[in-house]
Amino acid sequence: MATTDVARQDAGGQLGRKRIVNDMSIQVATVNGSGSQSSNTVLLRAIFQMGVPVSGKNLFPSNIAGLPTWYTIRANKDGYIGRKKEIDFLVAMNPETAQDDVMSLDAGASVLYDAPLALDRLRNDLIFYSVPYDKLVAAVCPEAKLRKLVKNMVYVGVVAQLLTIEMAEVEKAIRKQFSKKVKAANLNLAAAQAGFDYAKTNLEKRGAFYIERLNETAGKIIIDGNSAAALGCMFAGCTVVTWYPITPSSSLVETMIEYMKEHRIGPDGKATFAIVQAEDELAAIGMVIGAGWAGARSMTATAGPGISLMSEFSGLAYYAEVPGVIWDIQRVGPSTGLPTRTSQGDILSTAFLSHGDTKHIMLIPCSVSECFSMASEAFNLAEQFQTLVFVMSDLDLGMNNWMSDPFEYPTVPIKRGKVLHQADLEKLGGFARYKDLDGDGVGYRTLPGTDHPGAAYFTRGSGHNDRSGYSERPDDYENNMERLNRKFETARSFVPRPEIRKATSTGGEKVKIGIIAYGTSHWGIIESRDQLRNEYGIETDYLRLRAYPFTREVHEFIEQHERTYVVEQNRDAQMLSLLKLDLKPELITRLRSIAHINGLPLDARSVTDELSNMEGK
Amino acid sequence: MATTPAAEPKTNRIGLTVVDYKGGKTTLCAGCGHNAISERIIEAMYEMGVKPERVIKLSGIGCSSKSPAYFMNRSHSFNSVHGRMPSVATGAMLANRNLVALGVSGDGDTASIGIGQFVHLMRRNLPVIYIIEDNGVYGLTKGQFSATADLGSKLKSGVINDLPPIDTCAMAIELGATFVGRSFSGDKKQLSAMLKAAIAHHGTVMLDVVSPCVTFNDHEGSTKSYKYVKDHEESLQEISFVPHFEEIDVEYDAGSTVNVTMHDGSHLQLRKLEEDYDPTDRIRAITRLTEAHDKGEVLTGLFYVDTKAPTFIEMLNMVDEPLATLPESLTRPSREALEAAMEELR
Repeated sequence: MATTDVARQDAGGQLGRKRIVNDMSIQVATVNGSGSQSSNTVLLRAIFQMGVPVSGKNLFPSNIAGLPTWYTIRANKDGYIGRKKEIDFLVAMNPETAQDDVMSLDAGASVLYDAPLALDRLRNDLIFYSVPYDKLVAAVCPEAKLRKLVKNMVYVGVVAQLLTIEMAEVEKAIRKQFSKKVKAANLNLAAAQAGFDYAKTNLEKRGAFYIERLNETAGKIIIDGNSAAALGCMFAGCTVVTWYPITPSSSLVETMIEYMKEHRIGPDGKATFAIVQAEDELAAIGMVIGAGWAGARSMTATAGPGISLMSEFSGLAYYAEVPGVIWDIQRVGPSTGLPTRTSQGDILSTAFLSHGDTKHIMLIPCSVSECFSMASEAFNLAEQFQTLVFVMSDLDLGMNNWMSDPFEYPTVPIKRGKVLHQADLEKLGGFARYKDLDGDGVGYRTLPGTDHPGAAYFTRGSGHNDRSGYSERPDDYENNMERLNRKFETARSFVPRPEIRKATSTGGEKVKIGIIAYGTSHWGIIESRDQLRNEYGIETDYLRLRAYPFTREVHEFIEQHERTYVVEQNRDAQMLSLLKLDLKPELITRLRSIAHINGLPLDARSVTDELSNMEGK
Repeated sequence: MATTPAAEPKTNRIGLTVVDYKGGKTTLCAGCGHNAISERIIEAMYEMGVKPERVIKLSGIGCSSKSPAYFMNRSHSFNSVHGRMPSVATGAMLANRNLVALGVSGDGDTASIGIGQFVHLMRRNLPVIYIIEDNGVYGLTKGQFSATADLGSKLKSGVINDLPPIDTCAMAIELGATFVGRSFSGDKKQLSAMLKAAIAHHGTVMLDVVSPCVTFNDHEGSTKSYKYVKDHEESLQEISFVPHFEEIDVEYDAGSTVNVTMHDGSHLQLRKLEEDYDPTDRIRAITRLTEAHDKGEVLTGLFYVDTKAPTFIEMLNMVDEPLATLPESLTRPSREALEAAMEELR
């Protein structure tokens, strides 16, 4: 077919001469547990240090060692750091997947492979580079048992040479990676250098891709969302953390333990926090609620299965009005299979988590920077509204490396909400726990241990009057439920407002198409909007949801557009369903769903294809 | 009009009367063992001079779990969800280590739905007094067997229990609880002494109190009826308790009495009814409990005590003041700390 001929010609000729600078995706296919994570981080950092915007995504199996894993590095001068669907440069280290990996590439891509795999026989429309890794690694690593680990650093050197990544930056990245282990750093550096030298002498660069120095990363940091959240919670004044290990949330608490040990232990060696590994998620949320009830800033981190287990207790916290923060690092569904893949599948179940009439505040970060800042917001909202606040992160955000501006020190003080102390009670004589004195639906509470005979109240689930006395009276229940609703309505004006980006080049003409997305979909959307404009002439306005309940701006946005596409990483249009419940009936028909559910981070191309198709283009 | 001044009400060492420890009117059945336990709790707290504002009452779901509403109104209370009171108690104690936690559970709430949290509470040695009001049946759902019902025990309907019971005391001892005993709601003297010692104890107290259900499990053929317990009760010791603020005025014979010095300086005196029983011997305790099952005895007394083991709160090495009320200056690190963290990530 003609297209193949063109591609073949490209691979050998035209593409080789065209230069594509600072715009590529590199995929490294390895085996889980082979030490490739260090190599990939070094590659990522080296590009970052050259001032080029970059992101790294680890697509890994639910396994400790032996199964295939892929790491994708995307470098992009325009700052697009979402996943790129197409792979430009494949590093094929895994014999088991090599064939599939090669066959799935678009024509013109480059493949770097281990010589014995002889992958160049598979296709003739790709650029192949062969490297005798075993020979190279044997020369620099006398200790045979370390060779498997060091081997992966060889490709870093080869890639650096082929993509013109500076070796000085590779060295700097290796030194940072093995900061305290000088011997390991030297060994890895020698391996990278061997790869670099081999490529220089033996490989002829034919691909179009180049990394060149830019100045787009100065002052920036690289961090994963879970570490950012851990830092955020520490600076939010969190005092009690309970958890049960579950991918992809475990690293949030594990990192937090390290940060808290460093910054929250006094000179006397005493901790201003407690971190407890619970026996399961039911206990983790129970401890959060016990601690929140007794006045601590308490939190847990979990994923979908944990959220399900926390359902009953979440309802109790809603009815009993106990603050707490729950991080849901969303991932694909139950049991074995894809627990290590990303998803936004917990939106609907979390919004109404539990039995009875319950609804919960959710905050939705899209970036590491928001993982940090929303931590403080979440704790303040939880205590202001005496309720659970769920922070809906996901695996892509939580476990992958993201470039970011450094985090800003929280400007809002720690707000403990309506708590009456001994002195207040002496003035007041007593209090009614669930009475709506201020018209915002939020009552005043006391903390256990408050030294006043009128301080105590009885905490229960559904049946209580406004003085917290036991009651099964219909009017008491109804009044209480109405007040809880009032509280939720008040929260609408306090949760983070959406981010709105208007089309810029419309010459004042009204934009008909809106896009609503949230969380990590953001990175695909900002790129897709450019693709839609540049390739199809489709102008879009974009609203990024940052919280539930929805604020006024969300309604206005949908009202302003003829059609609004709601893009999300779940099958059943969960956020769209929530919007339907909130919107005026005539606005509901304006919503369209674009669903992305393959477990991989959302890429711009998929959105562009589907949206342009739905627009009849 | 002339009035005779009323006699000054009796007060405890912190100047409170027993009325200051009362709760709401019980809604449990007349004659329910749980009401007697509530009374003993009131007495013990009063006599020990525990400030009610320092106490938190926690419970799960069931008849037993309703009872915290019937004592100590001046204490905060949390009626949580079925079988999960231990985690709520744990969280509360993490938030405020100065509280005195009293958890009230039942045999269903503990030994069935709550067994997971129960075992982990025991192994943490959290400072909490955990009372099981144990009647062998689910009362609120009208009389189904619980997991502490004895083999062969009979329901009113004639259904025979054909599964062996879980012995919560043996479990608690094996798992690491540091004060474990069994009593009977009808044994005022023994239960009272055990509760006072429980208040003085430092660590997890697990008291299984057999507390007959007059409505669903007090008939012929039940092994948790008043009659059955009275007929089959075997006490390991005669227990007396001398709080730290009172002087010991009774001489005791070291051969026949074990004296346990509690963490706060109180004394627990156990006059042995079984000569060779040593309540610091964990293995012996479990063996003796197994024997009791084989013999059909309702064995009561203090089975095991360890006054030296560190509590969960101590192991966490927290600051002395409650985490709940630490000021922002202690819980939000400085700007410099954030800048240092950012620098590491550049």
